[in-house]
Amino acid sequence: MTAQRTDQAEIERLNDLMSRVARQRDRQAFVALFHHFAPRLKSFLLRAGMEAGAAEETIQDVMVTVWHRAESFDPAQAAVSTWVFAIARNRRIDRLRRDARPAIDPNDPALVPDEADGSMETMLVEERAAELHRAIRSLPPEQADLLRMAYFEDKAHSAIAAERQLPLGTVKSRLRLAVARLRKLMAGNLEGETV
Amino acid sequence: MTHTPNHHPDSDLLLSYATGTLAQAPSLVVATHLALCPHCRAEVAGMEAIGGALLSADAGMAVSDGLLSNVLTRLDGPPPVQPPRRRLAPVGPAPVLPEPLRSYIGGDIDHIRWRRTIPGLHEADVKCSGGAVRMMRIRSGMGMPQHTHRGDEFTLVLAGGFSDDTGHYLRGDFAATDPSVDHRPIADDDGDCICIAFTDAPLRLTGRFLRWLNPLMRT
Repeated sequence: MTAQRTDQAEIERLNDLMSRVARQRDRQAFVALFHHFAPRLKSFLLRAGMEAGAAEETIQDVMVTVWHRAESFDPAQAAVSTWVFAIARNRRIDRLRRDARPAIDPNDPALVPDEADGSMETMLVEERAAELHRAIRSLPPEQADLLRMAYFEDKAHSAIAAERQLPLGTVKSRLRLAVARLRKLMAGNLEGETV
Repeated sequence: MTHTPNHHPDSDLLLSYATGTLAQAPSLVVATHLALCPHCRAEVAGMEAIGGALLSADAGMAVSDGLLSNVLTRLDGPPPVQPPRRRLAPVGPAPVLPEPLRSYIGGDIDHIRWRRTIPGLHEADVKCSGGAVRMMRIRSGMGMPQHTHRGDEFTLVLAGGFSDDTGHYLRGDFAATDPSVDHRPIADDDGDCICIAFTDAPLRLTGRFLRWLNPLMRT
C-alpha cells in the first residue's frame, strides 16, 4: 500500500510539472521532467538496440517535443509517462524508417467516435496508473520478463521466442495473459472507484 | 454509418502495434481499423499505459553531462523535424477512407487508381514498407477464387461486406487468415465490397480450375 501511495505521489508530481510547463512555460519544471525521464529514456532506447550517441540525440528530440507539445498533453487521457513513452516510440520509428508510423487522426471526420465520453477524471487516471505500477510488480516473473522484452527490445514476438528458447505460442500466450491481467486490474480498480 | 466492428485484430497484433515493433504495412491496416473501432483504440491506449508504467519503473542510466544544456538551448528553436507529410487532396464531410489510409492513397476513395486483375476484382497497390498492401474492390455478389496463404493476410472492410466460413464482415471488421485457412470469400450482394489487405506472402489459388491463375497473381 505504501509503495502504491508513493507511485501515486510520483504520478501526481509529474502531472503537476507537466501542467506548469504547458501553462507557464516553466523551465524549472521542465528541468525536473528531464531529470526524471532522460535516464529512463536512455535505458529504453539502448535496450531497443540504439547506439549511445543516437540514443542521446533521440532523447534530445523527445524532450524538445515534450516542451513544444506540452499543451496537447491531456491529463484526463493518460499519465505523463504514457505520453512520453508514445513520443519516444514514434521518434524511434521515425529514425528507423524515415517515415511516420501509421496512426489515427483524432480529428478525422471518418473516425468512429468513442461510445461514451472516453475521458476520465484526472484523479481516476492517476489512480489507475498507480494501480498499474503495483500490478506490474505483482506479475509472475516469466510474464514480466517477456513483457519487458516486448516493450523495450524492439523484437518481434518470434525473435523473443528464439532468444528465450520458447515456442512462439508460449510467448504469445504469456504476453496475452500479462496484458489481460494488467488491463483487468486497471479496469477492476476503476469499477471499484466509481460504484 | 457508425457500425461498430465485431471482428478485431488479436491482442498479440495490437500489442506489436502499441510497442512499435509491427512493420509499416501491417501497421497501416491495424491503424485504419483503430479509426473505425473505439474498442481496439481503448485496448491500445491501455497497452500504451503499460509502456508508460514500464518506463517509469525503469532504474534508468546516466546521460552525458552536456545533454541537459543541449536540450535547453534547443527549447527556443524549432521543434524536431518530422517526416514529410504526405500530400492529400481535400475531402468531403464524410470520407469513406479514414486516416491514416487516406494519406497513403492521397485522397478519398475517388483517388484510387484501380486495375482489373480477374473478372469481378479490381485492385490497387498501396506504397508501403514491410509487406504488400493493396486495395481491393470486389463486385457485388461475386465470389473470390478459393485460396490459402503462405503467410499472414489481414483484410479490413471499408465499404460493403463479405462472408466466408468464419463469418460476415462489414465496415471496420478485421479478418486475419494464416496458411491453415483455405477460404472463399463472397461479397455481399447489396453493393461492391471495398477492402484493404496486407499480405506477407503471395496468395495461392486452390480451387480446381483456378490453379492455372497462380502465376498471374501478384503478392
